[in-house]
Amino acid sequence: MNIIKFLNQFSTENIQEDKRASRRELFGSFGDIGKNLAMSALPLGLAVAPKKAQARSPKDAVSALQLALTLEYLEDEFYDLALQSGVIPSGSRAEKAYMQISKHEQAHVDFLVAGLTAAGVTPVSKPTFDFTVGGAFDPFNENGVGMDTAYAQLLALAQAFEDTGVRAYKGQAGNLIGTPYITPALQIHSVEARHASEIRRIRGLKGWITGMERGAGMPEATQAVYNGEENYMQGGVDLTSLGSGSPFTMEASSEAYDEALSGDDAVAIASLFIVS
Amino acid sequence: MKKQSVKVHYAGGFKNRRQFLKISGLTLASAGVLAACKDDNNDMPTPDPDPETPFDLGEGDLGVLNYAYALEQLEADFYTKVVNSFYSGISDDEKQVLTDLYNHEVNHREFFKAALTAATSGDTDLITPELEFDYGGLDFSDRAQVLGTAKVLEDTGVAAYNGAGYLITNADYLLIAGKIVSVEARHASAIRSLLNPDSADFSGDDVVDGNGLDQALAPSVILAAVAGTGFVKTEFTANKLP
Repeated sequence: MNIIKFLNQFSTENIQEDKRASRRELFGSFGDIGKNLAMSALPLGLAVAPKKAQARSPKDAVSALQLALTLEYLEDEFYDLALQSGVIPSGSRAEKAYMQISKHEQAHVDFLVAGLTAAGVTPVSKPTFDFTVGGAFDPFNENGVGMDTAYAQLLALAQAFEDTGVRAYKGQAGNLIGTPYITPALQIHSVEARHASEIRRIRGLKGWITGMERGAGMPEATQAVYNGEENYMQGGVDLTSLGSGSPFTMEASSEAYDEALSGDDAVAIASLFIVS
Repeated sequence: MKKQSVKVHYAGGFKNRRQFLKISGLTLASAGVLAACKDDNNDMPTPDPDPETPFDLGEGDLGVLNYAYALEQLEADFYTKVVNSFYSGISDDEKQVLTDLYNHEVNHREFFKAALTAATSGDTDLITPELEFDYGGLDFSDRAQVLGTAKVLEDTGVAAYNGAGYLITNADYLLIAGKIVSVEARHASAIRSLLNPDSADFSGDDVVDGNGLDQALAPSVILAAVAGTGFVKTEFTANKLP
């Protein structure tokens, strides 16, 4: 399957429509009590949910996994090239981190390919990536930007990819409800978060995201990764109103929850690095 | 075989029920004795006039939310103790990380309290009560003990959310759980890098398997482990969760 075709299809596919439809059904099945609760505290009025999982259509689940695989291809190739570039100081904390992360991203690719294949689906093929984004970056010092600059870009891109991965998996979780893929997807998702935290800390940032800040030294082009992270409303609850003091500031309330990225937004970010 | 109930009501400081009962002077020769002890002193001639049934987390989405609320209460309480009396010689980085973790976990705890109150229309009988904790001999002035406990709590939180996600039927709840679990994973990573900097421990082979998958453990396994710490004094059960 052609990757661009797939991504375009993914972007334009009416997954949102599907979601709205099934949500309507969900509300419909609760009757008046459900409706009243839903109005008073969306979506928290639904604690007494039906036992049966709301299975998503197989199409949604497959699309979610193909998108995940595309992002894993991207990460896997990035860390391979980074480790081969000679830009990362030998024996450094960053090198140890990149080696461990590289091992995981390779495993994620293999795992998703095997899972899709076992489900009778042809996995998307690996795209051709351009981590310079048409020459805007030079993370592997291929164009002679200099080791220091290349290294800074190499770390910045890793942060952007990991933070994107966390958000993108989260955005697809709903499409995997009721499928056998939900647990492994969650298991990959938290590994991406472990990676993100370490890369951010290597860069001198907190392991978590404050507001929509991309963090010092992050190129402006990565802002799309962080837009929306400033949210402090969860399930209709204003977190800043839950108490006083430092746990309930806007900063803490945004840090304590990572936000999801829609399929469209994840595709838009990944597409920056995909040539074909 | 009857499903084993998970009870978390061990006295602080004791590794497990067996050890606790041994110290209490009871001899435990067989599993039969343990089983008999399960029902609160049911061999006593007069029944307790006011028998207390421990709170059960419940089933389905509500059970999972109650479960998460219980775990967040433990994390929040632990970090409250930590920040109220930092171990001496703490570095600025460590202080920042532990303060942030305190902020996040207290926020999570209060969120679940508000969410569960809204979801049950304020029926406190359905909501995990406020739990009491006792850290026994844990030395909060000792860096290794504080960070070591934090590591266990954060890794446990990740494995707990990962292992309970499939039980959630409501996509909105699943999304919120997902928003929290990745922050717990970020915490676990940071604590691990404080304990063992310049290493692969942030995402170590002890928690991430050969497929690159983080741990996912059933509530019964998690609650048995939590009981094993002896930190939770308030008894509750999870009879309707796997």
